[in-house]
Amino acid sequence: MTEGKRVLGPDDVRRATTRMAHEIIERNRGLERVVLVGLQRGGVWLADSLGEEIARIGQPVPVGSLDISLYRDDIGRRPVVPGSVSSLPSEIDGARVVLVDDVLYTGRSVKAALDALNDYGRPDSVQLAVMVDRGHRELPIRPDFVGKNLPTSLGESVEVDRDGVVIVDAAETSARDGGSR
Amino acid sequence: MSARHLRGIDDVGADGLLRLLDLTDHMAEVGRRANPKVPALRGRTVCNLFFEDSTRTRMSFDTAAKRLSADTMTLAVGSSSVNKGESLRDTVETLEAMGVDAFVIRHRSSGVPWRISEWCTASVINAGDGWHQHPTQALLDLYTIRAERAARGAEGFENLRVGIVGDIRHSRVARSLTEALVLLGASVLHIGPRTLMPPTPLAPSTDDLDAALADLDVVYLLRMQLERIDSAVVPTGEEYSRRFALTPERAKRLGENVLVMHPGPINRGVEITVDPAYLPGSVITQQVTNGIAARMAVLFDLLGGVDLDVGSPAIGSGGAAS
Repeated sequence: MTEGKRVLGPDDVRRATTRMAHEIIERNRGLERVVLVGLQRGGVWLADSLGEEIARIGQPVPVGSLDISLYRDDIGRRPVVPGSVSSLPSEIDGARVVLVDDVLYTGRSVKAALDALNDYGRPDSVQLAVMVDRGHRELPIRPDFVGKNLPTSLGESVEVDRDGVVIVDAAETSARDGGSR
Repeated sequence: MSARHLRGIDDVGADGLLRLLDLTDHMAEVGRRANPKVPALRGRTVCNLFFEDSTRTRMSFDTAAKRLSADTMTLAVGSSSVNKGESLRDTVETLEAMGVDAFVIRHRSSGVPWRISEWCTASVINAGDGWHQHPTQALLDLYTIRAERAARGAEGFENLRVGIVGDIRHSRVARSLTEALVLLGASVLHIGPRTLMPPTPLAPSTDDLDAALADLDVVYLLRMQLERIDSAVVPTGEEYSRRFALTPERAKRLGENVLVMHPGPINRGVEITVDPAYLPGSVITQQVTNGIAARMAVLFDLLGGVDLDVGSPAIGSGGAAS
């Protein structure tokens, strides 16, 4: 992980994951037809972790992943680097989908994910779980489950994984693929 | 905007080929959906310019563009009506003025896609030029080999042994596929009559199919152009079939994981005398299906990020940057 200001450690991430798992179970009483869908690539590990926690606390739910690179609204503006191939574990028609991503920023990835999901079927409902909400939304999208609200400036970027959350100057990461998040 | 092209395997390196294969995985997933269409290339226009007959390649490209939500234009003309440089250039410039982002070109003369890429700023994709190159066929063949071998528990191109059987000399399919396989570290053996081997060898060759058969992981049969049979180079169809066709006897000697491939359309009774439907290793139908996904990958790679000169697209700028 890049050097920067660490705002959450591994224990914090684990605790936040457990809390979000409880909230997802509470909101979706019985977990019937709930499907966790991680966004490629940053959301996949969190969807897996939430899936493990939900299975531990309640009962197992299907966990899948969604690649949104063919649905982005900035195709032609920057190189598109696909993650792994989408893998949806069950019927999307009638499901209660929980989209999972590491960072919620402009909301454009979530919009792309909603468009992609629509091509697989018509879910009964779609909820959104993110480890970090860093603000600066450009679309009317809000999360249902948040690990940490983290005020940031546009000049910063946020890196999230199981080991924690780090804020870094965007200048240090601008050369990397995926851009700032 | 820099023009980027897929005219020959030269326009892509080994890394580029591997990245296109990974992108093809994504496109194949789209193809398996109930609604096999994504909005990725909305607002882009792909023009199919076919100066030589082709049904499957043209329809494959057309379907690929449509599944990416690009608009398509198709011009299919006999090469006799538009084959002088001047009128070809006029055609291309006129079509480009209508707003074309990519030309897909099939022409009986080698090198035409390179010429066209000098005349326009649109991307140029070679859908087969003369005896020269057919890079998207090579890509779909590589993808089919990779996917079908993975399904049989084998991985990588490094230890792969591919025998390409037939008229190597006049085959753009053999040329592109051989170049691509060699780039990825596979070993290629050309099998066919000595008279049908290229003057400059691209790979080791033999005219003894029976001896070669035991050491192959992939048997790639080329279409034998019927007009070459009964000419001086190939005495008779029976003679050719006896020595180079995949016969029921030869099919029995193939290992269970050996893939049998053919670019189509098949001349039944000439290069293959056994019904491919009954060959466990036949992946000829998969080649056709994968062709759409591979062409989607190429179109998306060329048109999906052309406005920014950053990152490392799979297909390099072919020198015609502007």
